[in-house]
Parts: sequence; structure tokens; C-alpha cells
Amino acid sequence: MDRIPILRMGEFLLVTIQVDMHDQLALALQDDLSERISRTSARGVLLDISALDIVDSFIGRMISTISGLSKIMDAETVVVGMQPAVAITLVELGLTMPGVLTALDVERGMNLLRERVQTQ
Amino acid sequence: MTAASSGSHPVRTEQDVVLARQQVRKLAVSSGLRLVDQTKLVTAASELARNTVIYGGGGDMDWEVVEEGIRKGVRLVFRDEGPGIPDMKLAMTDGWTSGGGLGLGLTGARRLVDEFSLESAPGNGTRVTICKWS
Amino acid sequence: MSELSQRTIDAIRRNEAPLLASWSANLEHSGASRDMRISHAEFDAQTREFLRLVVVGSSTGDAASLASNEWSETRAFLEKLSRSRAQLGFDSQHTASFIFSLKRPLFELLQKEYADNAEALAAQLWAVSELLDALGMHTIRTFQKSREEVIARQQEELLELSTPVVKLWDGVLALPMIGTLDSQRTQVVMESLLQRIVETGSEIAIIDITGVPTVDTLVAQHLLKTVTAIRLMGADAIISGVRPQIAQTIVHLGLDLQGIVTKANLADALALALKRSGYAVGKAG
Repeated sequence: MDRIPILRMGEFLLVTIQVDMHDQLALALQDDLSERISRTSARGVLLDISALDIVDSFIGRMISTISGLSKIMDAETVVVGMQPAVAITLVELGLTMPGVLTALDVERGMNLLRERVQTQ
Repeated sequence: MTAASSGSHPVRTEQDVVLARQQVRKLAVSSGLRLVDQTKLVTAASELARNTVIYGGGGDMDWEVVEEGIRKGVRLVFRDEGPGIPDMKLAMTDGWTSGGGLGLGLTGARRLVDEFSLESAPGNGTRVTICKWS
Repeated sequence: MSELSQRTIDAIRRNEAPLLASWSANLEHSGASRDMRISHAEFDAQTREFLRLVVVGSSTGDAASLASNEWSETRAFLEKLSRSRAQLGFDSQHTASFIFSLKRPLFELLQKEYADNAEALAAQLWAVSELLDALGMHTIRTFQKSREEVIARQQEELLELSTPVVKLWDGVLALPMIGTLDSQRTQVVMESLLQRIVETGSEIAIIDITGVPTVDTLVAQHLLKTVTAIRLMGADAIISGVRPQIAQTIVHLGLDLQGIVTKANLADALALALKRSGYAVGKAG
């Protein structure tokens, strides 16, 4: 089965989702990511979803789960690049993802992660 | 209201859900829906197609491009021969789920479209019809 | 729909020139062809083409239904005609009378042709009348649709014009909303704000509602949803200029403003935005 690649950038992990994910792929990413955080002692995760043209409740739940479990493992997750139409749809759907950190793009997300990690 | 074109799409596996989403996106674009409305419709279709696979044991999505005066729209029917929904009122409650999801599938989909109807009876499968207008 | 007989079609073919002349005279009489928006040459071309299409349509067979293939060319012609008339600003009466004014010349022709046979005359008069009515109705329908399209487009343009998203500072956008907000307008405006946030990479958006007299539940909910959507995208929103009545409405509706930053006016909101972006504002010297 194909998998979403996870790139390591210093103490952070970068995940760029570029395919229309089916549910198993999303679940596999969740597992892979928690395993990688643990193995590399990463301090932060950047989840770039700028290429996703929809996020339904399943993907939305995956994002919230990744954010929650990374926190438990002492890593912050920042979701970057959510498209306006996707954001509007998620809010309408009832998924507001409280507690999930967000940034406009990867660069700003990286800055946010650095700030967060420094203050801890 | 008249139907300009119509067709059907199998919804049996997770991969079908992805393909159904892509099909709905094409229909939404050809009907002239704005980007936000396209996104809402595709997202609603994704929720309902997933329900069809997980709870209905697989089924089909019938699609139709409809016209009424100058507005165009996309009508989708998700139907399965599964166990059906025993308590419809409960199923339409935010946060209620029988399958370990967030419970936003049906209620969320309803909020994303202009027309929504649900027909189901225990043992007789489920049929959800949605429509989004330009 | 009853059909035109071969004899009728032949008669029309033979008498094309006088028919056209009489039709033109009728149009002239009603004033339709004297309008400066359409040239005489154009009118002549349109009448000739239409008569030709009617003959072709009725003779290639099934005249029973306008929706059939034989009439597709005629339908296309009428649709084009209606559209161009609608765009030139004519009313539907003008557009339909273009076709209805052909009735009289045709009736006169039939009367001469069937002088010997009253029964056939009645049948053919009825057939011609029905055909022209159907074609006329089709024209009006298309005309109506074109007009509705024009109106819809104008409404959209108005919506976009009515509330511009402005850049206040590098990374700070403002949306000054003025006038009564309805649900649709709020939606369109909010979407364009979100789009501009992405395009400009702005991290702070100020929604100023000083110029909004009241909000209803739907609009208030929409404002809150927009603020949430902006957060999901990775930017921050500030709502400024909340009037006392609107504040009361929001509290009264029990809407949750938690996590939403509000400021009394646009100046305070900008000051906060600058501070957050790391700018310090002070008097020089």
C-alpha cells in the first residue's frame, strides 16, 4: 500500500499531503507519524494540507488526533495552508478543531513551531 | 425541474469513495457551482459515500445534473441494501454515532447542501438524497 | 400540434418575396424595425433566415413537436435572436412581436391559396397559428432566461463592489462592512476576505461592522463562523465597531464569542494588529 512520506527537518517533521486520501491511507499516516515522533524525538510536526481540496469529518478527525497524540508525546503540531473553501466547509460541518495550531504557510508554521518549542 | 444528464457510480469500497468524490467534483464544476459550494457538495458526498460503505455494506450513488430556470444543480442519491437506520431521529442528532466516527456524517452533510432527505427502515436499506444549487 | 400540409409549404416557398415584404411592412408599422438599435439590413437578414427555417423545419418532417431535432436549427436561431435582443435592452413584447407579426401575411397567403377549400383553410390556419405561437413562446422563454442571467450577473457584480477588502498594513487586511447585511451578502463578502488572506499572506484580518445597523441571528452566526474559518486557515480575526444593539443581540442570542477578539473601533483594532505584528507606533521626534 502507498504511504504519505514524512520528511525530517532538524527537530521537526514535515508532512505534505498531496493526494486525495482514502481512509486507510489517513489511518496509516496517523500510525507512521506517531511512530516517527517517538523514534526521532521530534519536537514538532508541520502538516501541510494546502493541496487538499476537501477535508471531510474523517480527515478532520485524523488531523485532530495527530495534533492530540503529538502533544502527549511532547511535540506540537501545526496545520498549514488550509484552503478558504475547505475552512468554510469544515466550520459548516461542525468541525472547528479547537486546540489545533494553524498557520498560513510552511514558513510561518515553522516560525510558530520554533516559538512554541523555545518557550517550553 | 429537468435533468440535463444522469448516471450512476458504485460505492462499495474505500477507493470508490475517493472516485465518487472526484466524480461529484466534476459534476459540480460543470454545473457552475462556486468553489465554496463545490467543496461543500463534495464533502457532503464524501460523508454519505463513507456511510454507504461502512454502515450500508456498499451501494450506489446515482447522480443527476438538474436545471430549473437559470439555476443548475447537482442531485445525488446514495442508496444501499444494508440494515437501515432503526432510529432516524437519533441518527440526525449531532454527535451520535453507531460506528465510532464523530457522528457528523449525516447531520454535517445536511448542513452543507440545499436539499436533504433521508429514507430508511430497519432491514430495508437506506436512501439519502441531497441537492446543491448554483 | 397539427402539421403544415405540403401545399402550404410550397405556397410559402413560391411566395417568399411578397411574404417577406408584407412581414417587413408589418414590422415597420408596429415600429419594431424603426428602432435604431437594429439596422434594416440586419432585420432583413433575420426575417429571411427565419422564414427559411420555418419552411425547412416544417418540410423535413415532424412538425409535431418543437423539441424535436428538425427544429433544432430554428430553436438555435430564436435563442440567438432573443439573447441579442435582451442584451440590446429590448422588452419581451418586442421580441415576441417579431414572430407574431408574420401571422397576418401568412394568413393572407393561406386565404388566397385555399380559396376553394374552406376545410383545408381552417386546418392550415390553425396549424400555422399553433406553430407561430409555439415559436413565439419559445422566444419569450429564452428572452426571460437571458434577462434573468443578466440580472443575476449584475447582482453578483454589485455584491463584489459593495464591500471591498482593503490592505491597511503589510499583513493586515480590513473589511469595512456598511449597510444591512443579509445572509447571502455576508457569505460572499466573507469568502472574498478569506480568499484575499491567502493571496496576500496576511496574518490579521479586521472585520469592521461600525456601519452595520443591526444583525440577525443568521448574520451573527455567519460572522462567528468566518472568524473560526480564518483561524483554521492560520490567520487571526479582530471584529471592530460592535454597536451596543449588536452586542445585545449577540448576547441575547446566546452566541459564544469566546476566543474572538473585539475592539471598540477600527483604530484600536489596527493598533492591536500592529502590536501583534511587532510594530511599535509613536510620534517622531
